[in-house]
Amino acid sequence: MKILVAIKRVVDYNVRVRVKSDGSGVETDGVKMSINPFDEIALEEALRIREKGQADEVIAVSIGGAEVQQQLRTALAMGADRAIHIDSESAVQPLTAARVFRALVDKEEPGIVFLGKQAIDDDCNQTGQMLAALWDRPQATFASKVELDGSKATVAREVDAGLETLEIDLPAVMTSDLRLNEPRFVKLPDIMKAKRKPLDTIAIGDLGIEDAVNLETVAWEPPPKRGGGIKVESVSDLVTNLKDRGLL
Amino acid sequence: MNKILIIAEHDGQNLNPATAKTVSGARPMSADAIDLVIFADSVSEVARQAAALEGVDRVLTVEGDDFAHPTAARLAPEVVAMASDYSHVLAPSTTFGKDLLPRIAALLGVNQVSDIMEVIDARTFKRPIYAGNAIITVKVPDGSKVVATIRTASFAAVKDGGSASVESLSAQAEDPGHTRFVKVEGSDGEGPDLASAPRVVSGGRALGSSENFDIIFSLAKSMGAAVGASRAAVDAGYVPNELQVGQTGKIIAPDVYFAIGISGAIQHLTGIKDAGTIVAINKDAEAPIFEVADIGLVGDLFAIVPELEKAIS
Repeated sequence: MKILVAIKRVVDYNVRVRVKSDGSGVETDGVKMSINPFDEIALEEALRIREKGQADEVIAVSIGGAEVQQQLRTALAMGADRAIHIDSESAVQPLTAARVFRALVDKEEPGIVFLGKQAIDDDCNQTGQMLAALWDRPQATFASKVELDGSKATVAREVDAGLETLEIDLPAVMTSDLRLNEPRFVKLPDIMKAKRKPLDTIAIGDLGIEDAVNLETVAWEPPPKRGGGIKVESVSDLVTNLKDRGLL
Repeated sequence: MNKILIIAEHDGQNLNPATAKTVSGARPMSADAIDLVIFADSVSEVARQAAALEGVDRVLTVEGDDFAHPTAARLAPEVVAMASDYSHVLAPSTTFGKDLLPRIAALLGVNQVSDIMEVIDARTFKRPIYAGNAIITVKVPDGSKVVATIRTASFAAVKDGGSASVESLSAQAEDPGHTRFVKVEGSDGEGPDLASAPRVVSGGRALGSSENFDIIFSLAKSMGAAVGASRAAVDAGYVPNELQVGQTGKIIAPDVYFAIGISGAIQHLTGIKDAGTIVAINKDAEAPIFEVADIGLVGDLFAIVPELEKAIS
């Protein structure tokens, strides 16, 4: 069985993102870029499934310009067997990303497509669900535990009420939540080895997918700031303050 | 003509408060009609509650055993079958809505607007990106259906006082069979619901252990508050995942929020931005939580929390 894993290049988790002063976007010049943390967790889970002998091949896939190959090399260093770069000059929205994966599913016939539950740049949380719809297959989103048993999987999902368990038939789409696993660190020899692993590039136009109607972003702005607060010196001051505000 | 369809979230007995907030988010879209659809194995009580929501014109019910614990794969084709009558399909931005709505959007061939925090007009919305570090205004192109989730912390629930008609419909699709509900496990359900409680007391990594976290539960109980936690506290296993507040946990807007032993990572702050008053208790005076706190108290939480509880009760 093959597992396809989505890898999105995003501004690193630790960077405090700021809106450009002219409101034309966010500052990304010279900012550290990384694999979307949820995608890294998805990749780690795929690798663990392969290491348990339940999958034969893990294929990392990223959509974007040539720069996304850096994140694909990192994915290969983590342990992916090969990588596919879908070359696209412009950023794609979730429906197009889902259509790209749908086209790749036909080519690769994976048993699982694993994605992060959301990307930490656009915070959309859509692509996995959309792929499952287009593929007409099960979706197990926000996964915090995955157990495979032949052609079935049992997935615990993080939901507002607690943990929900689904049993799904493969092939299927899964999206990772934070506590699914802790991704491994990449070691230097693995980085060297990753340079020799196959990385194929396919132009997005060659996949024969339909153009999606995109949402148009018309303005960017920084979030409203909360007003200046006060510091109190003691619990009794705190209680007095809360009472004055009618909160106790 | 704008007609809005809202997918109701409920637990089989009660409508989830997120639904009334979604109706509130729908109203400024100046629709000619707002309909609410309920899928359940037994619809009557939930339908009664939904019909009372102000601003709802019709409550549509689809009853069947399939809908006791419906999956996104089961529900999406049902909603798609109804969608041709509507210009907008909305759901709350809860794990229920986040799981279901993109599946519907893809079947309808449109991109979804996630987490609407402000409505500019029927097709133009503000939404947060980068964990709330930026707000973008997005426009859904003319002629395209609007499929969107509503960030519930940004909208107050509509009040009761409506009297919508209730109409029963038949299921249009079949269970695909490939996705089976097994179980859902949650905390005992004691105390108010974190997502909608007017008071929330949250603890962070500084609590140090699951046993120590009891002082947070105890303080919360003394003021009738719900309990929340930072990601660090959940990752460390002090409390279960459903208590996590932040970018990837629950986004909440209580009247008062107590952040205790929480440093205030941006991913946590995005979950509490809409709180009325933020109270921070932390021994590190430089912790970023104090930048957003309305009232800050620097000190040892293990001394302060019991003293605060005593002062309140």
